[in-house]
Amino acid sequence: MAVESYLMWVVIPIICLSLLIIVVRFLKGPHVADRVIALDLIISSGVGLIGVFSLISEDPTFLDTAMILALIAFLSTIAFAYYLDKGDKNE
Amino acid sequence: MSDILIMILSTLGAIFILIASLGLYRMPDFYTRLSVTVKAVTLGVGCILGAVAIHFSDFSITTKVFAVIFFLFITSPVAAFLIARTAYVSKVKMWDKSVRDELKEVTDKKETAQKRNKETENESNEG
Repeated sequence: MAVESYLMWVVIPIICLSLLIIVVRFLKGPHVADRVIALDLIISSGVGLIGVFSLISEDPTFLDTAMILALIAFLSTIAFAYYLDKGDKNE
Repeated sequence: MSDILIMILSTLGAIFILIASLGLYRMPDFYTRLSVTVKAVTLGVGCILGAVAIHFSDFSITTKVFAVIFFLFITSPVAAFLIARTAYVSKVKMWDKSVRDELKEVTDKKETAQKRNKETENESNEG
């Protein structure tokens, strides 16, 4: 029980604080590329948050979601890079 | 014993994620932000998923965890490289105090070589 409460009251708040800081950068970001890496970072820390949550709730099925989320993060970054490249060439 | 290990690993992971987010917020330009964040977040998520693998200590779950860690370790450098290349091509500015731009030297050489080729072609056509 001690581990669960420690994770609930120490680890999850730290990750949530870092998510907030990343969201500030996401809103500020001067260039689109800054926003893209902020989005990538939000999803990656979301994978960490899901891992901690599966520790707290003793339910390993959440890890499947984490796997899918890691896949989507990679795909979205690649797609953004591809289309930013294309858009610059068309101008 | 495993409880202490889980606590240490998850705290380390959370601190690495916090360091990455602070780096993303505080660093002066895009390239330094990218170089700070990608490595730190990958390490932090790896630590947290290691804690998950230790907690459940089941073969199927450990395999799943290693799949996620392997996938993150393979894909995040590729994604970082691609987005950095895109940013460089679309001329995102570097920080004023950046010392060195090695890619610029290469592209300058290429451009001068292309110009020279064109000039020689024009001269040969005129001749």
